[in-house]
Amino acid sequence: MVEFDVRRHVLVPKHEVMPPEKAREILEKFRVSPHQLPLVKASDPVAKAIGAKLGDIVKITRDSLTAGKAIIYRYVTEG
Amino acid sequence: MMRVPKLIERMDFGLLSPDEIRKMSVTRIVTADTYDEDGYPIERGLMDPRLGVVDPGLRCRTCGARAGECPGHFGHVELARPVIHVGYIEVIYDCLRATCRKCGRISLPDSKLEEYLNQVAEMRKDGRKWWVVADEIVRSASSVEKCPHCGEKQQQLKFEKPTAFMEGKNRLTPSDVRERLERITDDDAMLLGINPEVARPEWMVLTALPVPPVTVRPSITLESGVRSEDDLTHKLVDIIRINQRLSENIEAGAPHLIVEDLWELLQYHVTTYFTNEVSGVPPARHRSGRILRTLAQRLKGKEGRFRGNLSGKRVDFSARTVISPDPCISINEIGVPEYVAKTLTIPVRVTAHNVEELRNFVRRGPDTHPGANTVISPDGKRYDLRYADREELAKTLEQGFIVERHLMDDDIVLFNRQPSLHRMSIMAHEVRVMPGRTFRLNLCVCPPYNADFDGDEMNLHAPQSEEAQAEAWILMRVQEQILSPRFGGPIIGGIQDHITGAYLLTRRDTLLTREQAQQLLAAAGLAVDLPKPAIKKDGTRYWTGKQIFSMLLPKGLNLAYKAKICENCVRCKKEECDIDAYVVIRDGQLLNGVMDARSYKALDRCEVLDRVAKDYGTTAAREFLDRVTRLSIAAATMFGFTTGIDDEDIPPEARERIDEILDEARDKVNKLIEIYNLGEMEPLPGRSLRETLEMRIMEVLAESRDNAGEIAEKYLGLDNHAVIMARIGARGSMLNLTQMAACVGQQSVRGERLSRGYKWRTLPHYKVGDLGAEARGFIGSSYKRGLKPLEFFFHAMGGREGLVDTAVRTAQSGYMQRRLINALQDLRVGYDGTVRDDRGGIVQFVYGEDGIDPARSDGGRAVNIEKIIERVTGFSGG
Ligand SMILES: [Mg+2]
Ligand SMILES: [Zn+2]
Ligand SMILES: [Zn+2]
Ligand SMILES: [Zn+2]
Repeated sequence: MVEFDVRRHVLVPKHEVMPPEKAREILEKFRVSPHQLPLVKASDPVAKAIGAKLGDIVKITRDSLTAGKAIIYRYVTEG
Repeated sequence: MMRVPKLIERMDFGLLSPDEIRKMSVTRIVTADTYDEDGYPIERGLMDPRLGVVDPGLRCRTCGARAGECPGHFGHVELARPVIHVGYIEVIYDCLRATCRKCGRISLPDSKLEEYLNQVAEMRKDGRKWWVVADEIVRSASSVEKCPHCGEKQQQLKFEKPTAFMEGKNRLTPSDVRERLERITDDDAMLLGINPEVARPEWMVLTALPVPPVTVRPSITLESGVRSEDDLTHKLVDIIRINQRLSENIEAGAPHLIVEDLWELLQYHVTTYFTNEVSGVPPARHRSGRILRTLAQRLKGKEGRFRGNLSGKRVDFSARTVISPDPCISINEIGVPEYVAKTLTIPVRVTAHNVEELRNFVRRGPDTHPGANTVISPDGKRYDLRYADREELAKTLEQGFIVERHLMDDDIVLFNRQPSLHRMSIMAHEVRVMPGRTFRLNLCVCPPYNADFDGDEMNLHAPQSEEAQAEAWILMRVQEQILSPRFGGPIIGGIQDHITGAYLLTRRDTLLTREQAQQLLAAAGLAVDLPKPAIKKDGTRYWTGKQIFSMLLPKGLNLAYKAKICENCVRCKKEECDIDAYVVIRDGQLLNGVMDARSYKALDRCEVLDRVAKDYGTTAAREFLDRVTRLSIAAATMFGFTTGIDDEDIPPEARERIDEILDEARDKVNKLIEIYNLGEMEPLPGRSLRETLEMRIMEVLAESRDNAGEIAEKYLGLDNHAVIMARIGARGSMLNLTQMAACVGQQSVRGERLSRGYKWRTLPHYKVGDLGAEARGFIGSSYKRGLKPLEFFFHAMGGREGLVDTAVRTAQSGYMQRRLINALQDLRVGYDGTVRDDRGGIVQFVYGEDGIDPARSDGGRAVNIEKIIERVTGFSGG
């Protein structure tokens, strides 16, 4: 069976793994501990597809009805 | 770094073992007496001083704390015989049914039990609800006839309400039950949904009963000095009395029958102690015949601990009464009856600046309005001004005292109407003390409260601290709520007469004499010079209504929009519009167009008020609204405006034409039915023939109703007051009017013509299978002419659907609202624009993703470029 790359689906927004120093900047910018960010499971199909590891921060850029584009950061957790 | 809150790892729910009950008990209770002749609590009685203190001044014999700090301490009663706990009766039944009467193992083969045990272990590890497996085990084990472990033949076990079990003809005593539960192994208990680490099955049968501390059941001393005990104490007295008699009888070797009876009585008292609402048990009563409120009743229901004391509480410094309208007060104000003002108080600290004033309040005391009810001295002593020497107290009043003075004009209070569905259901108002017994409010605040005056009551709360008052004033004052966060437009604005009056005033042909113009301006509260009169005729000077209206508009206001009355002509003639529907305001002067619902009506697209609120601030908006509503009412009063049933009169020829149209429609319907019956109907795509017929009929009838309405409309001219109100959006619609004047139209249930009632027909007055217009609920009469009996019946059918819908909808939306509030109540927008929960966790990185407060937005957008161009140039872009 050929596996379908979920990232190519129209409903899946752009996901990127943040490099460590960028990730640290994000945490400092919002003054949060990683656990205070929204979460994404390591087993999430998109997280797996982009190779996100436990403890990474994923940047998601998606279309927004109100703002055009919205950026969300998620912390990769167990599961 | 952020403070990391303590994480709750897990929570165990279990049962108290008899040993635990004894361990946490500070004394064994042995006597049912409470106090001796001198009024002192008896040791080892129900009011034992070691159970805690309630009387102020005394110290607890157990923990040494004072009343209020001592949490109270449990005692216990040793039951002479075990008693079943009603709360667990169903679990007990499951346990007994599923296990062998002899060896106590679950009546399933070992292999099966092992399988289940593994399943439970697995589920527990995953944190799933492992106890649900018990249902299945009980179901299969209870039907087994022979024990697979010891071979014992099982007997049918029957549960008899409320707490008895019958095995064949034998009745199991609680002791028997307890013995059987004791035999259940720990592994088997697990399979029955009971974790033996925290709850052994036999603990569901009580051998010791905890006696709650006196703080849980305080006695009250009536004014006559008679002590009255709490319901729980009464019940405990019963339990201890019977328990004592039971143990005496057992010791004396009384006949079996007597012991059994007493035992059963003890079971009854313990059962009703837990809950006094078990079916099959007569509720325990007080000597007076009142049903006792025992443990379960304290928690359950609307008045129970959860709904009545934790989710919602009674508060001090509040008042409730009927509301009535007062168009003369500001939207920011609220009329408070003097009686209420004399009961509610505000604490004021005495300073060098207010001593004299406060001394006067103290002198006037609690019965003369701007007075005071209490004085609190710096050492915390309270002086009730009803009894104190007020003159003396006033003299000694100095800095550091606190005077609780009456509510006065300009105090800030919170005003609320239930159901509080949005934040505008509670707003801060400034007090105006008034005669009478009702709260008075400006009509413009009816929409946010959803209030009317058919007997509505509202609540008022007087914030006590300066912080609370300041916060209410800044955040909650009515003028700050004019723009709704729901749609970014005004939710507070003119209604009904306010719109009619403005329309009458700003019509093209409205001319005012000097007296009239000045009277209107006076009503609006404007004390300014009249502008230059616009028209001079026969030597008299006249002012236009638009001129007078413009006096309320702020300088520099530019606007252009189409009024509500606009007929959406193909080519808009703008300033030359025949009906003056094109509004132009330039530099605060109303040059063109009439004021109607589009100008400042609440919950409408009200351009003028919206603009004023957004560009000139909330104070300007409040002032504008206060003035414009009073001006409109004055104008409507001046010109005269009324409506009555004869506004729906139409001439006989109109009636004839309408009847003709309806007759034609009926014929058309009959023709359609004929075609259908002949099988010559062309079905619409995706519809059956029957559906097609229904749709075609509905179409024909709807069209005929519209045509009938149009005819009526033609005869109801623009000089008709009812029509004026409908057209300008003040009250009512053209549909309302044509239903009154011409034809009510088709009644429907679930969007279809009426069909149910009798077999193949709605009523026995029609032939079976009649699909005609009348037979299926078409009403050709008008409300004015009156409905025929059968039409009336159909109307009631259609009307009921509306009622049911509203009832169902409010229940559903109420539940949804509660769920949403519970989920969202702790969220807030931080200074960095993020939305966070109570632990600082981020929910949204930018509020609403665009960071815009809808109440401050322009139609949902941060900037509305078209509107800005319009504002600068005074012309709309289109
Ligand atoms: Mg009402
Ligand atoms: Zn204590
Ligand atoms: Zn057995
Ligand atoms: Zn027009």
